[in-house]
Amino acid sequence: MSQPKPRIRLDKKEAKKGDLIEVKTLVSHVMESGQRRDSAGNVIPRKIINKFTVELNGKPLFSADIEPAVSANPYFQFKFRAEESGTLKFTWVDDDGSKIEAEEKITVS
Amino acid sequence: MSSEVSRRQALGLGAGILAIAVAGRAQPAQAAKNDAAELIKAFAGGKEPARSKVKLDLPEIAENGNTVPMTVSVESPMTPQSYVTDIMVVADGNPRAGVVTFHFTPASGVAEANTRIRLAETQNVIAVARMNDGSVHMASKEVKVTIGGCGG
Repeated sequence: MSQPKPRIRLDKKEAKKGDLIEVKTLVSHVMESGQRRDSAGNVIPRKIINKFTVELNGKPLFSADIEPAVSANPYFQFKFRAEESGTLKFTWVDDDGSKIEAEEKITVS
Repeated sequence: MSSEVSRRQALGLGAGILAIAVAGRAQPAQAAKNDAAELIKAFAGGKEPARSKVKLDLPEIAENGNTVPMTVSVESPMTPQSYVTDIMVVADGNPRAGVVTFHFTPASGVAEANTRIRLAETQNVIAVARMNDGSVHMASKEVKVTIGGCGG
């Protein structure tokens, strides 16, 4: 199965120390809630992204525990204060244990 | 493009107008349908959340309950001495109350996050924030939903 490619946008990748950087992320995923039934009346099994985490240089920065009430193709927007240059690592965890991962580099001066 | 979509939209629009007409007359709050109150109690650790500091941005009327934009923010200096650790969002009229819980760090700089949520029907959305000093704050907002977000 090919992994969906997440879309990540930072409002700036080069920032001055102390600046706020805004991050927008979107990943393609059905987010099947486990509440719906198919045409035969059988419950369609739940399959969602249940966790989204963001780390900067291996340290936790932001994360979300996700329930089926988050819409399909989950979108998250958040901010953080630029303190050091490095690599942002984004991870989306599926109910089946698979992960979607992506990285972005930032430079802080 | 497909006639099915346009028929669905037309039906939805009709139902939506009806829903607005009914909602306009109905009393605002109804009894909780799920375990929202229990989730809040557990998250708050038995404390009574203060109705302050938390800001919940949601539309008054959501035409499509499948994807309702939501921004939650909390007043906080976000320093290692004083910051927001978590914000839990619940919806009291969905089949399950839990929506999302955000976790922040002092490096967040600002306690604010945005996502898109599903709302099955007109209901209250409640955000509860926990601070590193153990204090708990909350805000709630009623959203009128014209086309529910749990159909299939």
